[in-house]
Amino acid sequence: MAKELLEGNAAIAEAAIRAGVEAFYGYPITPQTEVLEHLSRRLPEEGRVFLQAESEVASINMVYGAACAGARVMSSSSSPGISLMQEGISYIACSEVPAVLINIMRGGPGLGNVQPSQGDYFQAVKTAGHGDFHMIVLAPANVQEAIDYVGLAFDLAEKYRTIAMVAADGAIGQMMEPAELPPMRPVRPPEERPSWALTGAKGRESNFITSLFLGAENLEKVNLRLQAKLKEIAANEVRWKEYSTEDADLLLVAFGTVGRICQTVVREARAKGINVGLLRPVTLWPFPSARLAELAQQVRGMLVVEMNAGQMLEDVQLAVEGRCPVKFYGRLGGIVPLPDEILPELDKLAAEVAGGEEG
Amino acid sequence: MATVEIPVDMELVYERPESLTEAHTHYCPGCTHGTIHRLIAEVLDELGVREKTIGVAPVGCSVLAYYYFNVDMAEAAHGRAPAMATGIKRVSPDKVVFTYQGDGDLAAIGTAEIIQAANRGELITTIFVNNAIYGMTGGQMAPTTLPGQVTTSSPTGRDIETAGWPMRMAELIGILPGAVYVTRQAVLDVPGIRRTKKAIKLAFQAQLAGLGFSMVEVISTCNTNWHMGPVEALEWAKEHMVAYYPLGDTKVADGVQALKGGK
Repeated sequence: MAKELLEGNAAIAEAAIRAGVEAFYGYPITPQTEVLEHLSRRLPEEGRVFLQAESEVASINMVYGAACAGARVMSSSSSPGISLMQEGISYIACSEVPAVLINIMRGGPGLGNVQPSQGDYFQAVKTAGHGDFHMIVLAPANVQEAIDYVGLAFDLAEKYRTIAMVAADGAIGQMMEPAELPPMRPVRPPEERPSWALTGAKGRESNFITSLFLGAENLEKVNLRLQAKLKEIAANEVRWKEYSTEDADLLLVAFGTVGRICQTVVREARAKGINVGLLRPVTLWPFPSARLAELAQQVRGMLVVEMNAGQMLEDVQLAVEGRCPVKFYGRLGGIVPLPDEILPELDKLAAEVAGGEEG
Repeated sequence: MATVEIPVDMELVYERPESLTEAHTHYCPGCTHGTIHRLIAEVLDELGVREKTIGVAPVGCSVLAYYYFNVDMAEAAHGRAPAMATGIKRVSPDKVVFTYQGDGDLAAIGTAEIIQAANRGELITTIFVNNAIYGMTGGQMAPTTLPGQVTTSSPTGRDIETAGWPMRMAELIGILPGAVYVTRQAVLDVPGIRRTKKAIKLAFQAQLAGLGFSMVEVISTCNTNWHMGPVEALEWAKEHMVAYYPLGDTKVADGVQALKGGK
């Protein structure tokens, strides 16, 4: 299929349709509303389910229900709405039913604003809900990746029977750029729903799906199973992209829109003679810690750049374990850091690590 | 449980409905949940829909209902059963979907979900068990606790000045256009149990006919947290609860009236 000029949110919505989503339950919130609007038109056209729920709380529980019924299902929201969904996310993770969630992140905390932000990194990768679990979190850096990761999110969610989130900042949701949509995947017919799903106990024992496990030993067993699954995901599904890292002395680490901006920073810095590379995590969870640990032995310092106060920074520090200095530059409130402000930070880091060597 | 051989000269007049499992329930002696479970199971059997039924259990005393109903079931977050049931029904329109909810679940934390599901006319059936108290957490004030009723969180009795009035959910839901059959019944004596079963059957029939949302509120007891014997609890409920929560239909849409056999 040819490239077309697509808006991020609409592209994400259409990508879900191409990925065979059977149902969408959601609630309007800026800057993700176009996902819901696009699906409100397209899903009925395709004979599939669209429902505008009364709240994000209801949306995620509708998703939970449809997932239990074995349907391919999703919701989308933006930061405050995701906060409202957290209880349901935890239930879905514990019940081990597959679901996909889109977060078009906006500025926070509180009502914040509707500017692009990466302030939900902690929430997405560490505190998605109560209890011990992680979502799989995919972070696109452009509209094409947003499209691709929607399909990937469904595949991963179903492969591991878990919840997968595509976390993009508002800039990716709102921007238009050329991208290519994948071909339409066939929708799985209801009679082919998984054997664990709630489809009516016809000619079999009845199924139940719960996240309640009374008795400490019982719940510990469930938790150990979930942990084993997370370990498997962490072993198999880490994804990242690298730019000019082969000979790099310094490393930029950034995801999403900032990761894309840092590609420009790498070009401009190299033109000035600074030997810098970029690692851009694609999966925020699982995090490319092992690769960062390797690079920490190659480079003399890292600069983490985010649209938050330093959230992914902590994961970089954990991966690096003090092997090299790790500096941070971030903008808050929905401000997107530009190459002109990142370059001086890189200069500072270059001077510092050079100075450290001389001393 | 071992199968019991029926002697040839005896007629089987009462047996476990297929829609119930053989599990012993965890309910307190004297609790009416068991009665209501059985009524639902009998109705599912009689309508021949057990194999296409999906139930949603609440958070509350009946949180483990999925062990007792021999149908596919999910366990919802507190108050969210109608949302979960909506999610299930929309992707499984040929299934029979019901929620089983208590008063804290439906009339406090889940008020938004039940009203919105009813208003959308979701083709689901809700069995709403009202016993005027939070049972599972040990007897706190519920949205349905009566004025002056003593609970562990209203130790001097429910004060309507500060806690507001008990919610009459059947009346509230009954005015919504999407709800086609809403009724309040009681399982406090045998005639009431029989009327409740009839109502539950009609509620499921309304769903099967594709008419809209249906709900049966069931006045029930909690002898444990009311600190009464089971018989005393039944009498107390008749005297006090039924006085505040009048029994009968609050909504019978034309289509349901036709199912009822006209009038």
